[in-house]
Amino acid sequence: MSAPDSTTGTQAGHQPAARPRSGSGRYIGQRVPRKEDSRLLTGRGQFVDDITLPGMLHVAFARSPIARGRIVSIDTDVARDIAGVHAIYTQQDLAPFNVDLLSFYLVPPEVETTPLANGRVAYVGEPIALVIADSRPVAEDAASLIEVVFAEEDPVVTIDDARRGMPVHPGAEDNIAAQMGEEEIDEDLQAQLDGAPHLITHRVVHQRISQSPMETRGVVATRDGAEELTLYITCQSPHLVARWVSLALGLPQTAIRVIAKDVGGGFGLKNHPWMEETAVILAAQLFNRPLKWIEDRYENLIAANQAREQEMVLQIALDDEGKLIASHGDYSVNNGAYPQLSECNIAVHMFVWAAYKMPRYGFLTRGWYTNTVGYAAYRGPWAMESLIRETALDVAARRIGIDPIELRRRNLVTLQDQPTTSCMDIPLEDITPAECLEKLLQAFDVSAFRKEQEAGRLQGRHLGLGIATYVEPTGAAGAITTMTGELAQVRIEPTGKVTATMSTHSQGHGTATTMAQIFADRLGVAYEDVTVFEGDSSRGGFSPGAAGSRQGVIAGGAAIMAADLLATRVRQLAAHLLEAEVDAITVDDGMVHVEGAPDKSRSLAEIASTAYGEPDRLPPGFEAGLEAQYRYQPPPMTFSSAANACVVEVDIDTGFVKILRWISSEDCGTAINPSVVEGQIAGGLAQAIGMVLLEEVRFDARGNPLAATYKDYHLPAISDVPDFEFVHASTPSQSVGGMRGVGEGGAIIGAPALVNAIADALAPFGEVPVDLPLTPTKILGVIEGRDLRSKPDSDQHQFIAEHTAAGPQVEVPATAAGTADQTAAPADIRVDGDWNMVLSTPMGPQEMTGHFETDGQALSGYLSSPEGQMEFTGTVEGGNLKFDLKVQKPMKITLKYTLAVNGDKIAGKCKMGIFGSAKVSGTRA
Amino acid sequence: MSKHTIEMTINGRRHTADVESRVSLSDFLREDAGYTGVHIGCDHGVCGACTVMVNGEAVRGCLMLAVQADGARVTTVEGLAAPDGTLHPVQAALRDEHGLQCGFCTPGIVMTMAALSAREKRPTEEQLLNALSGHLCRCTGYQGIRRAARKLASPEPAESTGGDSV
Repeated sequence: MSAPDSTTGTQAGHQPAARPRSGSGRYIGQRVPRKEDSRLLTGRGQFVDDITLPGMLHVAFARSPIARGRIVSIDTDVARDIAGVHAIYTQQDLAPFNVDLLSFYLVPPEVETTPLANGRVAYVGEPIALVIADSRPVAEDAASLIEVVFAEEDPVVTIDDARRGMPVHPGAEDNIAAQMGEEEIDEDLQAQLDGAPHLITHRVVHQRISQSPMETRGVVATRDGAEELTLYITCQSPHLVARWVSLALGLPQTAIRVIAKDVGGGFGLKNHPWMEETAVILAAQLFNRPLKWIEDRYENLIAANQAREQEMVLQIALDDEGKLIASHGDYSVNNGAYPQLSECNIAVHMFVWAAYKMPRYGFLTRGWYTNTVGYAAYRGPWAMESLIRETALDVAARRIGIDPIELRRRNLVTLQDQPTTSCMDIPLEDITPAECLEKLLQAFDVSAFRKEQEAGRLQGRHLGLGIATYVEPTGAAGAITTMTGELAQVRIEPTGKVTATMSTHSQGHGTATTMAQIFADRLGVAYEDVTVFEGDSSRGGFSPGAAGSRQGVIAGGAAIMAADLLATRVRQLAAHLLEAEVDAITVDDGMVHVEGAPDKSRSLAEIASTAYGEPDRLPPGFEAGLEAQYRYQPPPMTFSSAANACVVEVDIDTGFVKILRWISSEDCGTAINPSVVEGQIAGGLAQAIGMVLLEEVRFDARGNPLAATYKDYHLPAISDVPDFEFVHASTPSQSVGGMRGVGEGGAIIGAPALVNAIADALAPFGEVPVDLPLTPTKILGVIEGRDLRSKPDSDQHQFIAEHTAAGPQVEVPATAAGTADQTAAPADIRVDGDWNMVLSTPMGPQEMTGHFETDGQALSGYLSSPEGQMEFTGTVEGGNLKFDLKVQKPMKITLKYTLAVNGDKIAGKCKMGIFGSAKVSGTRA
Repeated sequence: MSKHTIEMTINGRRHTADVESRVSLSDFLREDAGYTGVHIGCDHGVCGACTVMVNGEAVRGCLMLAVQADGARVTTVEGLAAPDGTLHPVQAALRDEHGLQCGFCTPGIVMTMAALSAREKRPTEEQLLNALSGHLCRCTGYQGIRRAARKLASPEPAESTGGDSV
């Protein structure tokens, strides 16, 4: 079995044989029914709450009713006396396990994060105590009787609060969770912005979102003796959960098996366990009985990690022809108190102009801690880049007086422009947003719409057209420790049936279907004769499952490669048994044929039976059985592209938006199953409709969540979502099979398409501030801000710049001075020695060890990481260190470190050329 | 907490149990009777995943107490397909039209459409869609569900197109 070329990540040696008939295979490209549906439609799915184990007990949590404060006392006496209660644990009981809640990158969080509250609470809903009881109702009864006394403090709730308020985490200097980029705009860039014929300053406020998988979080944990731990858990990859639990709980000697056969949606929330799941797993070990915790919807809406809540200001300089000159972005995201990853979302800036000919871009990006539930991923976590760019371009088009489609045509990167490199150094070889846009316009008659729009306005109807284009990096593998290739293991059983074990995981993705289509197609068997197993960490190999639109691309490539290896073995064996040339052997519909000799045809079952049971008949050196496996390492990144058109009518009396038409024109390369592809796009578009019109997690000034049920948090219903029309461009990608990822695209492009349509409809009333969700109240505010009867005049096109502050403002972070928790002791500034440090790079946190030696004001030492060790010299003054490191990979760049030592902690920044500044933190080794 | 003895017919089988008065019908069906196809998505009557048929009517299992179903005829999603495994027309339509992804909300959607389809007069598309507006699905964007509803509503089953290509 040949290994992929590990230096380039490509499959050059296999490419000719591996490239399939794109979209035209017997099963690849067909809308076959899904393998998963029969059990799910008849109530025979196996979700975590469907698991019952002998001796199993139930868990409920006592949670914080306040957003911020010190825990003075916890009294569990009354609760313990309830009949049916077995145990109540607090962090004191779990502390001996010494657990680190790791991020998706498998590194410890930047702030100490414990499974249960550790002396303080930092958000409403934070778990304080865990009750084990005979049943869930009894556990809830007892949890409600736990008495906690708090010394309440004023919370920091919004991003604005975080800028000015007391640090959420005691001992911290400010509320900045993560920061990259330049705090002041580069002089040259500023001059370009100031000197441009047109400068658009566009602000977007994106509300907080609850991922809201229909199945909430949940886990059943059972410790089976000292060496075995079995978890049934809702997740996005059983393999990633097993790896996370092994590392986070420090259980290298334990055989961990994670089973998740059916999962009711993930959308980023279920990437890995968090506080409650971890507490249950630890409690199962302490109490030594199987435990089940199923989150209820109230818990899910207030205490499961949430997403988005961002503010961004984008400045765009354009010339009179609408050509892009330069741009700057200032972005902030609310990380909550204990984010799954302290995040400033560098991907927003990496990709904001990837599809456009933008000469220059600068940015400042920051994540902020607040007293709210922590930040986690949600489908297309960097989607702000498309939302703000595409809505800003429409503002620019109105301002300059250019058709928004023409503005895009003048600036999009076309196939003819490639290969090229974006202003953020992203290599582009085959993105097709411009081509998707032209395909879209073949399906939608814009001039006819404009006539209808004009006629409608005379009758008081307000129609609007929104166009948006985008590209999305998918199928990423290799840059982040958890983002790996995928493994396919396939065999032709002695019965002739095909079974495969995949590293994939479906939370609705239908991977057991699409992978079966590939195996059936490539092995020449009926789709019905293929079974794909997944959803169990004891089967298959590691992969992060659903994370970043990747399974179709990478696992699809793995399935093709493994199937082709196996098909070769089948032909070799058949040629030997049937006394024919290998090239004369074909396999079709489970039958093995010899070209020109129909009498020699045999069933695959007969050949397979021989392969396993009659070793004497095998060719010399032929390994018995018919099995193969392949781990596919794709190119580092595979881009998908799309253009969408959305038509709305806004009722100017009620402020309600009705979506009249929506066309998605996307390029996801080879579509293994177009119905599955369209299902992914449609699901994402519906979530985008929720983001633009309906959904919002809000808090009051004390940090109390105001959306605690689905009556307060409005998910889109069938009546909110139109019929989507689909156009597929299908340009094969460079990866094996030619697939491109399609999991997140709808959620990314849908929002700007819809916002642009609403803004177009309301253009006679002025610009619509992009402050999501655009509720009827907000829309009426725009409408009633003007005299509805007035004739359009030159003032009509108000611009967002007039609705908002003129641009990014330099914030002065609050300091910790005066907090009760600050110690008065003088700073301890011992620099010399070894330090464990984490550099928050654009590709995720990078762990390294630092060695420092001081001699007066001279500093010397080295930084050591798995990539190697690099020495440096620099200066030291007090506890402040400065040194530079020149690196060659991935590009020539000088890293300028500025660090400060305080006691056993070290913190500071690393300036990384065009990537701006990254945060460094660490502790004494 | 006091217990009550109740008896009901679930999917054609008689079931007797002692339950606390506070137990919801959905919890009872899942935990006492073992019909785990009844899914609990919100437990406050909005999402519709727990919908079952009680005496032929679609009912949210989380909004009804088990004791209120004493003596009733209850059908869950497990009770729809024929004994030989042939799917109910609603189930078949959802499969053919790719009307589900994760499948968690699906049992409730199946039961609502099946209850309407069981009436003497075949439901119109509008009736089906109105009823379905009380169900939340986070995965599909409702495209396949709507196609399935159209198929079930029309007098002649439409050809499956899988998508609305333009």
